[in-house]
Amino acid sequence: MRAINLDYGAATPVDPAVLQAMEPFFAEHYGNPTSVHDLGERPRLALAEAREKVAGLLGAGPEEIIFTSSASEANNMVLKGFAAAHRSKGKHIISSVIDHFSVLNPLRTLEKEGFTVTLLPVDHHGLVDPEQLLQAITGETILISIQAANPEIGTLQPLAQLTAVAREKGIPFHTDATAAVGFVPLNVQETGVDLLTLAGDQFYGPKGSAALCMRRGTRLLPLLEGGIQEKGRRAGTENVPAIVGLGMAADLAREMLAERSSRLSILRDSLQKNLFAAVPHLHLNGHPHLRLPHNLHISVEFVEGEALLMHLNMAGIYVSSGSTCTSQALKSSHVLQAVGLIPELAQGSLLFTLGTGSEAQDAPYVAEQLSRIAAQLRRMSPLYQKYLKEGDR
Amino acid sequence: MAYNEAIMDHFSKPRNVGEIEDPDGVGEVGNPVCGDMMKFTIKVKDDRLDDVKFLTFGCGAAIAVSSKVSEMAKGKTLDEAMQITNKDVAEALGGLPGNKMHCSNLGADALHKAIEDYRERQK
Repeated sequence: MRAINLDYGAATPVDPAVLQAMEPFFAEHYGNPTSVHDLGERPRLALAEAREKVAGLLGAGPEEIIFTSSASEANNMVLKGFAAAHRSKGKHIISSVIDHFSVLNPLRTLEKEGFTVTLLPVDHHGLVDPEQLLQAITGETILISIQAANPEIGTLQPLAQLTAVAREKGIPFHTDATAAVGFVPLNVQETGVDLLTLAGDQFYGPKGSAALCMRRGTRLLPLLEGGIQEKGRRAGTENVPAIVGLGMAADLAREMLAERSSRLSILRDSLQKNLFAAVPHLHLNGHPHLRLPHNLHISVEFVEGEALLMHLNMAGIYVSSGSTCTSQALKSSHVLQAVGLIPELAQGSLLFTLGTGSEAQDAPYVAEQLSRIAAQLRRMSPLYQKYLKEGDR
Repeated sequence: MAYNEAIMDHFSKPRNVGEIEDPDGVGEVGNPVCGDMMKFTIKVKDDRLDDVKFLTFGCGAAIAVSSKVSEMAKGKTLDEAMQITNKDVAEALGGLPGNKMHCSNLGADALHKAIEDYRERQK
């Protein structure tokens, strides 16, 4: 039985070319980039090269890239660092209800420190309305932070429209683009974002590699204080192998983005078609078109996600779910609640994220397995038996 | 997977799935918001549980718990079955993951409700 990974959103394998690029920087060129002597030379050059590659993917300048340990760190750094640097100007920050917890939780902390936070609602596709953003802006607003793509339902926000509103009002705009970078074109000039978060492990780079892209002239206080690495914006000895890996992953993404995305969206569409043909009572979540090319989010009515996930796992198929039972916190996904999905459908949600290992032959097999598993679980579902008897939900 | 072998066994081969036609008692617990729902139906003969069936909407633990309870209860007198606690069921399954103890471990409650429903009908 071939294992079929459809959970690339959780982790991507490191690309062989990325691994190869990283390898010399563990034991051979292990020096500290800040060293004045010769051991620092290669790591320092590698760092500069990686910075140019990441900047190149985003259409930014190399000096606008700050390397961090994770997207969560970058998001924390933006929100807390920006709030600290600009609190004299105002104490209002705008985000969205479906942003990631590494944005939402720092905002909660800031609320305790006297900031006011507006979380914009989304429609049932997960889209933020630029008009509502305009309405939410006050004289006190110092920052807008809205994700580029939702990692769960895959919805792509109308970034250019949202940044146009921000620009008109002269307010800096941050986007958590962790789920989007490497899969959709994201040029900071064209989209008009001032700050952007990305993570290498989402697009075939190593874990522990991430960056914040920050427009020249933007000011924030560092989250980590210490040495003057990253021009004093982020202290701590640079994780050279990870940064080199991120650079290579960015380079590959820049070269192959169009090809990679079109391949993934064809496979995703085929998976969707196969699933909907084989299994009755499925619901598509997110936006039918404005979504990540490798994302498919559905609800399997009358059954619960963890049970589905466990059966799929036994069939060698790895997926994810937004159900209460699959979360450590035992809360159903805040994203599914925000798009107004009823609890039954949120509990039965399945997230498929495709990647390099995905193949055309997977779709019919996954559909066949899901059909069998859904039927088996529905036989023992009180909700389904009630539906069969009474014909309503 | 985070579950032990006993749980995986009951999850993948659940015993006593279904709904008894014309049952002597029905017990339901849970709701879709918390993620688990269980419906037990029973047949009673000479004060013993002649048959026990369940329907469950829920996670792996909820399905395994339902299956285990049905197995433990079948053939017992009503008083004996009323003595089965959620804790007994978890122990019989070799322990549930800590975060599943409250939400998924409702099998005994559903069974007790079915017995209470039966006793109510006898009055």
